[in-house]
Amino acid sequence: MSESFAGRLPASSHAGPPSSRQGSSANLADILERVLDKGVVIAGDIQINLLDIELLTIKLRLLVASVDKAKEMGIDWWEHDPSLSSRARAPAPLDGGSRRERQLVDENELLRAELARLRDGGQRAVTDDGTEEAR
Amino acid sequence: MSTTDRTDNRTEATAHVRARDRTRDQPQSQMRVYVYGIGRDDGTLAPLAGPGGGVDGHDVRLVAEGGLVALVSDVPAAAFGEEPLRRRLEHLPGLEELARAHHAVVDAAFARTAVLPLRLATVYSDVEGVTGMLLAHRGGFTDMLTWLDGHVELGVKVFVDPAASPPAPEHRAAHGSGPTSPGRAYLQQRRRQRRGTEDLYRAAEEVRGQVTRAVLETARASVAHRTQQGELSGERGMNVANHAYLVPANAEARFRAEVEAAGSGVAGVRVEVTGPWAPYSFASPVTEGGEGGTAPR
Repeated sequence: MSESFAGRLPASSHAGPPSSRQGSSANLADILERVLDKGVVIAGDIQINLLDIELLTIKLRLLVASVDKAKEMGIDWWEHDPSLSSRARAPAPLDGGSRRERQLVDENELLRAELARLRDGGQRAVTDDGTEEAR
Repeated sequence: MSTTDRTDNRTEATAHVRARDRTRDQPQSQMRVYVYGIGRDDGTLAPLAGPGGGVDGHDVRLVAEGGLVALVSDVPAAAFGEEPLRRRLEHLPGLEELARAHHAVVDAAFARTAVLPLRLATVYSDVEGVTGMLLAHRGGFTDMLTWLDGHVELGVKVFVDPAASPPAPEHRAAHGSGPTSPGRAYLQQRRRQRRGTEDLYRAAEEVRGQVTRAVLETARASVAHRTQQGELSGERGMNVANHAYLVPANAEARFRAEVEAAGSGVAGVRVEVTGPWAPYSFASPVTEGGEGGTAPR
């Protein structure tokens, strides 16, 4: 599945001059997150149910996410902390509060990151890997 | 939920109209109106109207009402009715084609003036639907265009990319230089790898914080997008931060320089700036009420 996606990926969008507009060469993921997740939402006469679109974007993310590659790299923290990752919750049915919930998750993640950064700056000693090191 | 109900009612009403049309059996009249975005009716967007250039190569034209214009294409209902459209969105190549065409029109408009990009696949059964929408949201759209005028959206993505960083060798010495069994050596190596990855994550978080502080003065607003973790992004490494910033167009160079200064020089951490984009990420909270729209759900 992922091969076919990769085969169709455009060349890097960052090759162009920095001041050029994001035209046809723009990264598809960047475009999709904007045209599907962002932009003005107005109910047209022929309205694709927005819940469907949200489901679709999540499905896309699931389909294209290279989870195995991440695990190879030793990155699997999202599996242990559902609040850090939409993936951990994604298969759950979306209710009306999904958008708000996602915003909260994003915000949460930012706060956690900030916290980690602050904590890291102060006392670096007591962390999980410290205990792992002692084993 | 009320949004959904209202949408359903509207759809039903549209279905009645369509049923009446169908009795006359005129496939040619089965046209719909696809809307890309909204701008001001000041002539700036007039050059965008012309043959081709829209979704599926359809012509782009302007629909004006109340000092605003909508960029639209007349499209066949056979391809842009509810069912065909849904099927298309579920199919990645079809979705990509539609998304790129939608984006191309928005982008061309944005190259000229302030524009409000609409969500992909906003379709009306006729032009009256479009003018009605422009009138209904006139105040909000106008305010939003004023707010966004002279601004661009820039994306900033932070990646952890272990491949770009040599493994830290210092742990080796700490764990003794005596002979070690292959199993123990393997475990030690795994531990070093894991340790290295965690360090990279901390470094990336630090970079993210630095970048955020560096652009505080320059950016007018920011939005956190979900991180991109998939083949679709086509990027190396793990995306750990994905933000959009609204930046005055004349400060774009400064913004890029600030990000570059704050984000470069850390091994294994990569920062990329994308854009300028039309202000997709800052055009959302326009409608408060009206007919459906972005009322919080």
